[in-house]
Amino acid sequence: MSDTFEAKKPNRRAFLRGAATAGVGALAAGAARAETPDPLITETQEWAQSFGDGVDATPYGLPIQFEGDVIRRNVEWLTADTVSSINFTPIHALDGTITPQGCAFERHHSGAIELKKEDYRLMINGLVDRPLVFTYADLERFPRENHTYFLECAANTGMEWAGAQLNGAQFTHGMIHNMEYTGVPLRTLLEEAGYDTAGKWVYVEGADASSNGRSIPMEKALDDVLVAFKANGEALRKEHGYPVRLVVPGWEGNMWVKWIRRIEVTDAPVESREETSKYTDTLANGISRKWTWEMDAKSVVTSPSPQSPITHGKGPLVITGLAWSGRGAITRVDVSKDGGKTWETARLAKPGEKMALTRFYLDTDWDGEDMYLQSRAMDETGYVQPTKTQLRDVRGLNSIYHNNCIQTWWVRPNGEAENVEVS
Amino acid sequence: MSKFLKSISIGAVATLLAMPAAAQTFGLGRAALPEEIAAWNLDIHPDGTGLPDGQGDAIEGEEIFAAKCAACHGDFAEGIDNWPKLAGGMDTLDHKDPLKTVGSYWPYLSTSFDYIRRSMPYGNAGTLTADETYAIVAYILYSNDLIEDDFVLSKDTFLDVEMPNADGFIVDDRMETEVAIWSGEPCMTECKDKVEVTMRALVLDVTPDVDTTTAAAAEPAATEEPVAAAAQEEPTAEPVVAAADPALIAEGEKVFRKCKACHQVGDDAKNRSGPILNGVMGASAGHIDGFKYSKALMGKAEEGLVWTDETLAEFLAGPKAYIKGTKMGFAGLKKDDEIKAVIAYLATFSGQ
Repeated sequence: MSDTFEAKKPNRRAFLRGAATAGVGALAAGAARAETPDPLITETQEWAQSFGDGVDATPYGLPIQFEGDVIRRNVEWLTADTVSSINFTPIHALDGTITPQGCAFERHHSGAIELKKEDYRLMINGLVDRPLVFTYADLERFPRENHTYFLECAANTGMEWAGAQLNGAQFTHGMIHNMEYTGVPLRTLLEEAGYDTAGKWVYVEGADASSNGRSIPMEKALDDVLVAFKANGEALRKEHGYPVRLVVPGWEGNMWVKWIRRIEVTDAPVESREETSKYTDTLANGISRKWTWEMDAKSVVTSPSPQSPITHGKGPLVITGLAWSGRGAITRVDVSKDGGKTWETARLAKPGEKMALTRFYLDTDWDGEDMYLQSRAMDETGYVQPTKTQLRDVRGLNSIYHNNCIQTWWVRPNGEAENVEVS
Repeated sequence: MSKFLKSISIGAVATLLAMPAAAQTFGLGRAALPEEIAAWNLDIHPDGTGLPDGQGDAIEGEEIFAAKCAACHGDFAEGIDNWPKLAGGMDTLDHKDPLKTVGSYWPYLSTSFDYIRRSMPYGNAGTLTADETYAIVAYILYSNDLIEDDFVLSKDTFLDVEMPNADGFIVDDRMETEVAIWSGEPCMTECKDKVEVTMRALVLDVTPDVDTTTAAAAEPAATEEPVAAAAQEEPTAEPVVAAADPALIAEGEKVFRKCKACHQVGDDAKNRSGPILNGVMGASAGHIDGFKYSKALMGKAEEGLVWTDETLAEFLAGPKAYIKGTKMGFAGLKKDDEIKAVIAYLATFSGQ
């Protein structure tokens, strides 16, 4: 990706056509009274009369055609080429916390490669007693675990540093997904090779042309890092590193090396391209932070939002969103409808889990007036998600990565929403 | 790393003793062979550990860079379109929109050798020899004014190069500067007096069109009419093309590498920072639709400039002298032979 996220090509197309058409069916608020009998009820419908598809019509099913707009999307002007680029999860249209693999965002540095299990090799070398090579079949013979974790790209919301820019939760916050992984603890493999306690770091790299090498402190490697081969119960998708990827809970997505082929125990970090020239945070004084691995607590309202406008008029309204923290579990999420003047504590769908997405709901009664919707996450360390102003006061305007600011959606009386910044 | 080579000679008893206390092993996997480790263990550390034998300088590097890197990174490592800029940007890190390049930002030289040898050229990774990599790294350093053109880069001289931003990094201090401050019970009521919208995404309007409610995304098709007029003005003067000389054309293809960073030819040619050059011989200046030429060049076009052997030769010998104000940043071809050759090469794309 380029070093700044400023748009080069303005796009003058109307963004909210979808919202306008979706509003056509809107009914007046309050309990609706039917004037005439609904033919969908009174007349026998075709689907109630004949047959649907038999089994095996789709041996591996895809979402029904009516959900065809719930897809990953790319912002073309961000990058020079799609093989070293990123797209975005349609979080505005999802609920719950698990991200289906098929719409979970992709980030490649030299394209999604096709690597067969039979051709897969994982090497452990460096400061170990027994440099080893594992096949995929070998990995399946180690004791394995299941854990659900979010993966957030360090650049998520990066385009919003200098101001409100992209109009949709998918684009502002969609470099994230949350899956249940099955894999072998990295610790197990390091013990199998007999790691030397002088080795303070592991260097991990992928089998693709970029190799995307990263250095990880040994303490983290021995703690909760997984060498994973399944996600949400099935094989990883090609775009997420099939057949094997690294899972580094709570830490920036770039470290979750896909197609992982080598783990080297070292006495010092390699200082690779991805951990020096990229994924470092330049402060206002020109000094840059490095090793900013943990993803700060963050949240966003996914609906209503620009791509998910209110289409039902005033009355009962479900405000919902996602919260997460790289430092542990989410303990609370507050929602403001007035741009941060007053806050209400939202309901968590389930108690927060460590380094996993948490779904929140605020079940409310909309008066049909303008709202400046915000959400504010808190995690088990006591950390409170900051405003953009707070972040800028510490970090300046030149940061690209790790923007975890409070997001504002301006919801209009007609139900449309827009990405804005407020005082 | 070399640790392995040392430890392999040590017996199994010793390795068991070195194992972490509680470790359980499963006897899975097999020993990695030295040749296998050598093939994959390519990382270079900041202290130079891992650097191979070999050497290169900026003069050698310039030629390799022009052939293998310049199509994306520009002849002078200045970067084309959205592709990374590798040179320049000194002292911009505390400015608005800092320019982060190998020279202005990268703290360790080892990173560039490591990355280039492992992952470049883009689309043809892992094909550079150690000498080529040293030479390319030297050229990038030279482009950043960090070494002279006679500096020979090798593992012996690697650490002599001072990287300007070597001290420009601090380790993550968020726990002290942020987490400690942004913790505790937050405000719930009367948290601010007023709320005003200070910035709106719709004003900037850079979001991709995501309207999928109907099948057609109904592009407001090309509000800007293609600048078709120029194409109508057929060249009045047929260029006098000498009988094609294959050797000269081949020579011209080599010369054209200097142009390739900005200009494309052939079936899939696209406008880059310079226009497509298919059919340029015999065409009016500024003949490519949709390319934004300089005012200076369009002025010449209005005066009736047509690209012939003579006019193009004069232009290529000194672009800025021939068309004052041209956007073409190229300094010019010094040798008449090169000019002749590249014109012969360009003439082969006349039918496209």
